[in-house]
Amino acid sequence: MAVTKKDVLEWIKAFAQVIAENKEYLTELDAQIGDADHGANMDRGFRAVLEKLPNGEDVDIGKIMKTVGMTLLSKVGGAGGPLYSTIFMQAGMSIDGKDYFDLADWAKALEAATAGVVRLGKASPGDKTMVDALTPAVQALKDATEQGLSLGEGLKKSAEAAEEGMIATIPLVARKGRASYLGERSAGHQDPGATSTFMLLDTAAKVWANCS
Amino acid sequence: MKKLINNPENVVLEELKGIELAHPDLVKVHYDPDFIVRADAPVKGKVALVSGGGSGHEPMHGGFVGMGMLDAACPGAVFTSPTPDQMLEATKAVDGGAGVLHIVKNYTGDVMNFEMAADLAKAEGIDVEAVVVDDDVAVKDSTWTAGRRGVGLTVLMEKLVGAAAEEGRSLKEVADLARKINGQGRSMGMALTSCVVPHVGKPTFDLPEDEMEIGIGIHGEPGRTRMKVEPADAVTEMLLNPVIEDLPFESGDEVLLFVNSMGGTPLIELYIVYRKAVEMLEAKGIKVVRNLIGPYITSLEMAGASITMLKMDDDLIKLWDAPVKTAGMRWGV
Repeated sequence: MAVTKKDVLEWIKAFAQVIAENKEYLTELDAQIGDADHGANMDRGFRAVLEKLPNGEDVDIGKIMKTVGMTLLSKVGGAGGPLYSTIFMQAGMSIDGKDYFDLADWAKALEAATAGVVRLGKASPGDKTMVDALTPAVQALKDATEQGLSLGEGLKKSAEAAEEGMIATIPLVARKGRASYLGERSAGHQDPGATSTFMLLDTAAKVWANCS
Repeated sequence: MKKLINNPENVVLEELKGIELAHPDLVKVHYDPDFIVRADAPVKGKVALVSGGGSGHEPMHGGFVGMGMLDAACPGAVFTSPTPDQMLEATKAVDGGAGVLHIVKNYTGDVMNFEMAADLAKAEGIDVEAVVVDDDVAVKDSTWTAGRRGVGLTVLMEKLVGAAAEEGRSLKEVADLARKINGQGRSMGMALTSCVVPHVGKPTFDLPEDEMEIGIGIHGEPGRTRMKVEPADAVTEMLLNPVIEDLPFESGDEVLLFVNSMGGTPLIELYIVYRKAVEMLEAKGIKVVRNLIGPYITSLEMAGASITMLKMDDDLIKLWDAPVKTAGMRWGV
């Protein structure tokens, strides 16, 4: 069971759609504890991604992901731009040169992506950031690989873990990003970055559910 | 919410077109990637100053591009850090061979994007230093958090460091001066109303008619405490005392006192605040030797004010008085 180049393109297009549909919701979450721009920034970035998405015969999955990363870097801004860019760049480098990948490859790719985000954002789990959705998702993928679960099951587990991580940001006091300026008052709100990260992994689980 | 705009998506682009038409003698505007450079850039042999940040804080930063202040400014979307490609191209456009200083406000996104741009510029052989401004005492500082925000002191730093670069000081001297300024300046702000981000179209936060937010950021980030509105003198105390205590500013100090409008508060009210602040400082034996009063680092239409104090010395006074010719600040020319 493997995810093909075509599936990766479908995932990115579907995620752009999810972002467009949830633009106001993400901005609303950001307005509570940040600066009310996450939804609009992500939407601007992924609209640009759709325009630049390579789909020729000569590009592999790594190239597709790196193109997405570079586009986000120049179109999104804020902290979300470099961080989402890093996710795609690091995952792209991890799966470089391939036309398809399996669950173990994806676990490695998302682990590299998460390490990149941690390095750039200097955030740890529990800081109320996208790391709180990424870290458990990576662990779930590794566990699923070890247990020999199917691609579809493994992706579903990672999306569920990301969702739990996202929900677990609600009571946290932010220690990184703009929400950290609020101190104790950031508690009680779901982190917008962790939310969009969950959406990214949830979209992967849904779009790639029946990859064969 | 009523706004004098056409389409929220075109707000920054149409503003840049306006700046280009209004100030051809001062600046040139580059599009895609977007940045503003002084009309005579690059100035050969002079350290170049590049700043930038989200739009919505006008006149900062684009209004501070020109002789005696910034060489380039990179505007992001409203309240969103600009991107590394903008900063890299701006850096290349203004490098006059003496190096480039990036003045960065301490926000996660701004710091990340400027770091990436500095790495890219260095890879192209340009000498780049970066200084991060973090003067907002409303934010509790800790090694576990993103740290204090860069607010009002940014304006003073851009003026002072701009004058030093104009004098012909080296990149190291200019960067050290910027760090010294950051070390001896502090700020705190408050809001009476929220701002409205154009593409959101409604207030970023709800503030009842009879309440105010103390310790507000410049992006409508809620502050640290919310309370019933008090008279100007009491609000001035709430802002100035934490600023004085934090550094601390002491008897015998000479300071620059900057009373800033968040955008919606008129000058008449800023002078009321200024008057009370000077009274308080005089009582503590702190002497105001220079001042700045007006809307210089705003948060769209937010009503409110911030107070910034910077400890001055002879060198800083000389640099403050040096000629500056920008759309947002102009004297001595």
